[in-house]
Amino acid sequence: MTSSVAGGLSPVRQVLSNGAVVVAQETAFSPALTISLAFRAGSLYEPADREGLAWFLGRVIDRGTATRSADAIADGLDDRGVALKVSTNRHLMTLSCTCLSEDFADVLDVLGDVVRAAAFPPSEIEKRRVELISVIRQDEDNPGIRAALALQTLLYGDAHPYGRPAKGRVETVERFTREDLLAHHAGRFAPSTLTAIVVGGVPAGEAAARVQAAFEGWRASPPGERDVPPVPRAAGTRITIDMPDKPQSDIAYGFTSIGRMDPAYYAHWMMNTILGQFGLGGRLAENIRERQGMAYYVYSAFDPSVGPGPLVVRAGVDPGNVERALAAIDAEVAALGRDGATVREFDETRQYLIGSIPRMLETNAGIAAFLQTAEFFGLGLDYDRRLAGLLRAVTLEDVNAAAASVLDPARACAAVAGPASLRGDA
Amino acid sequence: MGKVRTAHLDNGLKVLIKELHTSPLVSVWCWYRVGSGDELPGQTGVSHWVEHMNFKGTVNIPRDEMKGIVEKFGGTWNGYTWIDQTTYLETAGKDALDTLLFIEAERMTNGLYEPAECESERTVIISELHGSENDPDQLLDTEVTASAFRAHPYRHPTIGWIDDLRSMTRDDLYGYYRRHYVPSNATLVVVGDVDADDVLRGAGKHFGSMAAGAPSARARAAEPRQVGERRVTIEREGTTAYLKFAWHAPSATDPDFFPMLVLDAGLTGAKGLNIWSSFRGALPQRRARLYDALVERGLASAVAGSLVPTKEPFLYSVSLTAMDGVSLSALEEAADAEIARVRTGGLTDVEVARAKRQLRARLVFENDSVTNVAHQIGYFETIAGPDYLDAVADRVRDVTAAQVADVAARRLTSETRTVGRFQPAGRRA
Repeated sequence: MTSSVAGGLSPVRQVLSNGAVVVAQETAFSPALTISLAFRAGSLYEPADREGLAWFLGRVIDRGTATRSADAIADGLDDRGVALKVSTNRHLMTLSCTCLSEDFADVLDVLGDVVRAAAFPPSEIEKRRVELISVIRQDEDNPGIRAALALQTLLYGDAHPYGRPAKGRVETVERFTREDLLAHHAGRFAPSTLTAIVVGGVPAGEAAARVQAAFEGWRASPPGERDVPPVPRAAGTRITIDMPDKPQSDIAYGFTSIGRMDPAYYAHWMMNTILGQFGLGGRLAENIRERQGMAYYVYSAFDPSVGPGPLVVRAGVDPGNVERALAAIDAEVAALGRDGATVREFDETRQYLIGSIPRMLETNAGIAAFLQTAEFFGLGLDYDRRLAGLLRAVTLEDVNAAAASVLDPARACAAVAGPASLRGDA
Repeated sequence: MGKVRTAHLDNGLKVLIKELHTSPLVSVWCWYRVGSGDELPGQTGVSHWVEHMNFKGTVNIPRDEMKGIVEKFGGTWNGYTWIDQTTYLETAGKDALDTLLFIEAERMTNGLYEPAECESERTVIISELHGSENDPDQLLDTEVTASAFRAHPYRHPTIGWIDDLRSMTRDDLYGYYRRHYVPSNATLVVVGDVDADDVLRGAGKHFGSMAAGAPSARARAAEPRQVGERRVTIEREGTTAYLKFAWHAPSATDPDFFPMLVLDAGLTGAKGLNIWSSFRGALPQRRARLYDALVERGLASAVAGSLVPTKEPFLYSVSLTAMDGVSLSALEEAADAEIARVRTGGLTDVEVARAKRQLRARLVFENDSVTNVAHQIGYFETIAGPDYLDAVADRVRDVTAAQVADVAARRLTSETRTVGRFQPAGRRA
């Protein structure tokens, strides 16, 4: 049965004459499908003095086109139960949604218009500006977000695109003009920066043909690329953000690591799984949650990108336990960096990651995200079938070398947001 | 897609199986008809704490091996507790079926509840509570819920009150576990790339020899009718003001439930009915009544409605985040006017038709994986009984604009609501 993905994916891929890439995969999960339109238009491409512009554009892009009002767009989507999600990261801006298979053509028609002919009406810009400022203010009251943003800046510096806050700051958002939005849109939204993926209850050939029809007439000059600047080596700085009324302190602790295309990627992925993912949260959770009962959540996350991504440890603890928790994180980081993983940890982790590949492909949205990653990094249409072999090729020595190259408490940066006066001694 | 196969073991364990051969996965959920609505004063939070303890080792799966047993099959595992139910799940490669049934059988009968593990988990749960209190909206939600109920145990938070979390003992936990974790109080749900006969054989092998136990007797106090508006205001450090309205909602089996679901979709956008997945992420709400009146007009940065199917009447709530620079009073006045408008005039035919189309789509979206299908089967079996889920789409379709207007008029009244306000200290009300 072609629509079952039990034996692996079998996507159809086309490159249109204007450079747009189209990928379609049929599934039999339900009579619905996920559409994902990713443009290389993320925050990396913002002017240096326009922090948050890409994020803001994502909030205004679906609020009017040359031929459709904001209400008409809302009608086209809302009436079908469709919620358009726009996510903006360092490199990509992705518009995605799920719709009934029967609504595919109508929804694609709206999305195609939105990405090609967004008009950015002034009244919509003003509404969404106040909304984004409100969200930034809300974030300022969130210890988890405060700690994460502060760590990002400690690791990459203010000037690096990976170090800047994706949503911008109130003062930058206040300055955005319609011309800024039009310039970013014209500069980055072009067929050559688009990967369009459709996954779900429509035959792949039919889905690809519909996407082709929606975009093949689009002509725009291919924008240039922008390199990721070199990442400074972080200096091991640790800071506290005082939020006196909060019952719990949030810790963000981490390092800069490697890029996604580094040959050591799979070893780093396994190392991070051992440190802070396996089971409840790897070695970190075993120590800080299970043995010491200090935290409900503690884990590590590894987010490699075109440039060296961060490896970040997160935990929420009682303000009186901050120093103890930091000492425990330091100890686990040092132990894995110095002594490496055990044979059992290595075997279990490899088996787990290989076994989890079908779960990555459990939903249409999961498959679309998997295919977007594969396309962005040029991993190939057979990546889901090759992934197990790539993981099997990693050795314990590779994992230990990855740990030794990153995990040194002396170079870890940390940001703690919570009541500063209550921090206990280690 | 096959139908759900239903079987009962001799000890009363109900087994629901659905074969879905779209992915090489199996999802196993074990549901217990016990939740925080079954707790007594002084032991609030015991259901949730017991859930945590049931990941801390059994007679035949030492704690150290709990971690890793599902992962060997590439699987994920979790659990949750709410007012009517406690549930545990694993989704893994289909070859894991026998191991997953073994884990759930162990969890039902062989939990260790080592005293040191109980103590360690006490502080983990207090950390979970404090983490949620970092969020002003969550804090407000807890206070509004506690104010809205006088007698019914839905009033206390599922995680429990802090003093109870500090004082409960290992024996409290273990006694509760032994009372409620019995086959006659549970439903086992298996969905995925499996053979139903194999599942039944496995269920018999792992659960068949257990004693039935007594089903939980629910003795929940009835909530007296509210006779006047209640208000709660929290003032503390913060950057953002929040406003919340809560009314007493119909239970899942009340004839008002589906008209109310359509009403909520018209006011705030359709969520669907899957609390495991559908309540996350963006909603189709740009044409919704309250979004248009409050977000589009610059008074709120976010609006959310919540109507969840429950065994007994819980709450319908509308949560608003004030736009930067907008006072709570201005926001409340505008929200109040819109609610009065829907109370007196209901929704238009166009709005009702849109809400029903949205719900029809969301009911498809929320059944997009073996994990979600299994959740929905177990959830509705536990809170509403058999056959409920099969009828959901038809019952949404059959809702009329007159029914929506009727529930709005009867249920969104000022005297039966609770209003919560979170006022950032130092900012003008």
